[in-house]
Amino acid sequence: MDSSFYLVQLLNAVQYGLLLFLIASGLTLVFGVMGILNLAHGSMYMIGAYLAYYFTFLTDNFFLAFLISGAIALIIGFIIERFLIIHLYKRDHLDQVLLTVGLIFVFNAIQSFVWGNDPLGVEVPSLLSGSIKLTDIIEYPVYRLFISGVCIVVAVGMYLIINRTKLGMMIRAGESDRNMVENLGVDISKLFTIVFAIGVLLSALAGIVSAPIVSLVPGMGEHVLISCFVVVVIGGLGSIKGAFVAALIVGLVDTFASVLLPEISSMSIYLLMALILLVKPQGLFKN
Amino acid sequence: MNNKKKILKPLLHASIAACVASMSGYLSANEQTPIKIGMMLPFSGVYAGLGEAARNGLKQALKENQNTISGRPIEFIEMDTEAKPARAPEITSSLVDNQKADFIVGPVHSGVAMGMIKSIKGKDSIMIIPNAGANAATGAFCQPNVFRTSFSSWQTAYPMGKEAFDMGYKKVVTMSWNYGFGKESLAAFNESFTSAGGEVVKKILVPFPKTEFQSYLTEIASIKPDAVFVFFAGGGAVKFVKDYDAMGLKGKIPLLGSGFLTEGTTKAQGPASEGVITTLHYADSLDNAKNTTFRQQYQEQYGKPADLFSVQGYDAGQLIIDAVTATKGNTADKDALIKQMEQLEIDSPRGAFKFSKAHNPIQNVYLRKVVDGQNTVMKIAQQNLEDPARGCKL
Repeated sequence: MDSSFYLVQLLNAVQYGLLLFLIASGLTLVFGVMGILNLAHGSMYMIGAYLAYYFTFLTDNFFLAFLISGAIALIIGFIIERFLIIHLYKRDHLDQVLLTVGLIFVFNAIQSFVWGNDPLGVEVPSLLSGSIKLTDIIEYPVYRLFISGVCIVVAVGMYLIINRTKLGMMIRAGESDRNMVENLGVDISKLFTIVFAIGVLLSALAGIVSAPIVSLVPGMGEHVLISCFVVVVIGGLGSIKGAFVAALIVGLVDTFASVLLPEISSMSIYLLMALILLVKPQGLFKN
Repeated sequence: MNNKKKILKPLLHASIAACVASMSGYLSANEQTPIKIGMMLPFSGVYAGLGEAARNGLKQALKENQNTISGRPIEFIEMDTEAKPARAPEITSSLVDNQKADFIVGPVHSGVAMGMIKSIKGKDSIMIIPNAGANAATGAFCQPNVFRTSFSSWQTAYPMGKEAFDMGYKKVVTMSWNYGFGKESLAAFNESFTSAGGEVVKKILVPFPKTEFQSYLTEIASIKPDAVFVFFAGGGAVKFVKDYDAMGLKGKIPLLGSGFLTEGTTKAQGPASEGVITTLHYADSLDNAKNTTFRQQYQEQYGKPADLFSVQGYDAGQLIIDAVTATKGNTADKDALIKQMEQLEIDSPRGAFKFSKAHNPIQNVYLRKVVDGQNTVMKIAQQNLEDPARGCKL
């Protein structure tokens, strides 16, 4: 195994880490600002992927499907917040767990009813279907680099919005002291709706861009939810910067443990989480 | 999208017809008690599609027999296992002890199978496994009253070892999820490949159900084996075959697999599955009269193409019909019934087969290659292959 082997693995790790960040960012954003732990976050990932499949099938254009699916995800987020989550702000986390676990079942049933239980796949759009030759055997698919690009754009976009805009200011204020924000005359309910819808959009976006490289199967949302929680817990619940750093660390550990320590690879990221929590019980970047 | 509706309607007609048929059978033979067939299949969850196919196949066999056997009507009792091993003992006991089922057809999932076998041991019901391939079901845990109409994991992978060697591959990397079915398949491949003279240079076990394969594919590329043999099924198979192609490995290192790699998945895999070579005891495209008729009637009845899982369910139905016909409708004497089942030759769409002493099919295993999205049969890899039934004392 020469140096090119490690370089390609590093690329795999960063690419996986960025995708993890995209999935986890919405979860941590919603928790940070609203204090809502959305267990149905993985379901949004699943719905995003299935919507992308469906509209690619209908329009024969992945990018159009990308836009339509994203818009629908925003609307779903809006509806869930306005009609369901809104009743939970004054209640404890257990009620939120009940509702959002219930939503997992609802979305799984919708998925099974509308799209069936057979595994489905989306073709990589022809514009991005090429690959770049890395070694004499390995070619790196351009589409995977495109996904990394999307993740970076989202990360930078979130950074700019949170640090440079009025909305971001309110989000940051909401994270540190919700009551104070409300007392200062900010319409907190509107802010919550926007933040929740963005959270759903981010998760669905991860599902949409992953659709061509994953297989669409029932329960795909629950699988990502677990890695997603690991990232959010390591990074510190509610911290977006933490989620970014944690996602990259998890990507690195998972990738290299798979090939260098295969015996413990299934527990590697949980070991990492346990170690980090021993030193920093609140996660890396808890406010 | 609209498949559901298209399926529901014929299903409704079929079930009305079945009700009418069984009622008329019942009325004409007033004193005849029904033959009770319990079904323990996953009707919800990840394996719901497989459970549905097995049920459809089973019902089609009985419908071809006018839903009666030797004048006795059929009573179905359907139980959803949800593919959860923990539920198996409870459901099995209820079918055996409360319902007094004559036959129990199930399950799909090997973990559930183990739980069922423990609960049915020494009881008066006969279990017919229409899928679950764990070697132990007709190996170390084999029972007089347990039959299997599907396969053992060993059978589906063993023939590929020799085939791979004959294709000129000397050094192979094997890979699967780190669970029973996968490990048994890799072991069976390894057994015949090494005895032919080949060498497995690396065995990669991926934690189940992880589908992030990039790092493993990079590793395979750095090893540069002559070929790769894998076991993956369902969604994981779709993802693996697509990733293998996307990383540029497909054209350079041939991909071989147990048949589940390309079974019911080629549509989702798209062009990435072209040329993948696998071994299995069935192929949709098998050219024999029984298969053609079966597939045609299945399509008419359920509005979708038959698959491996419906064939295995269909054969479970044929096994019940032939055995009970041979005992002239007597299901009370289970020993006599089992004796009949052991001697039967089942006229299956996969080709006729008999049962081994351990009650597993002695069957042909085919070498298949994906051409235009279809698993086309290249040849019979091994004729009348019998599972070694290691640890079985029957």
